[in-house]
Amino acid sequence: MKHFLDITRETCPMTFVKVKLKLARMEKGEHLEVLLNPGEPLENVPRSCEEQGFKVLSNEPTDDNKHLLLIEK
Amino acid sequence: MNLPANKKKISIVCFSGDFDKMVAAFTIASGAAATNREVTLFFTFWGLNALKKNKGRAATGNSFMAKAFNFLMGGLNNLPLSRLNFFGASPKLMTMMMKKHNVATLPELVEAAHALGVRIVACEMAMRILEVEQSDMIEEVEDVVGVATFLNDSEDAHIIFI
Repeated sequence: MKHFLDITRETCPMTFVKVKLKLARMEKGEHLEVLLNPGEPLENVPRSCEEQGFKVLSNEPTDDNKHLLLIEK
Repeated sequence: MNLPANKKKISIVCFSGDFDKMVAAFTIASGAAATNREVTLFFTFWGLNALKKNKGRAATGNSFMAKAFNFLMGGLNNLPLSRLNFFGASPKLMTMMMKKHNVATLPELVEAAHALGVRIVACEMAMRILEVEQSDMIEEVEDVVGVATFLNDSEDAHIIFI
């Protein structure tokens, strides 16, 4: 199952917090798509996910200067 | 909660009961917990006000002095801004500005810290002085501890004093 989370309107620390809490509620093997802004969220959300043992499957820029991250729990 | 042995640890001493400093403490705490760190918040002196179950003004304690102090200090809703407090108007104005700019407010940060499992402990000595019991505080307060316990628990942690 694929979940979706838009954190483009969030600021630090709620960018990480919302991703972490969303992943905590998901089952192992499920996918989470995260829409995020460049800068601080793009630099740190993928890294903190990997540090916690989650797989970042893809990280693609979107047409409107945002990024779409695909994470596997 | 089972934690890996190599998990990074941060302990924050919440001494100040100022609104802006408490925002900083809970921002660091929730950000650290969300990025896989084990976080302990140790509340002492004025910081204890943020943990009171009654978030407004209440005459907590037994003696006249304790009741007066606790009533005048109030709870989470009465924390003053460290500068330009303007008799308590500024924290409300600051909260409005935070909402306007999509920045998490203090109650939202506190809620996030609880959801992320940030450990909250209260200082036994400060509680005794101010005659605040554990039953006067929010249920998320995990323990009432002294400085030796706090230092033992924080031996391999970064300690931040706010």
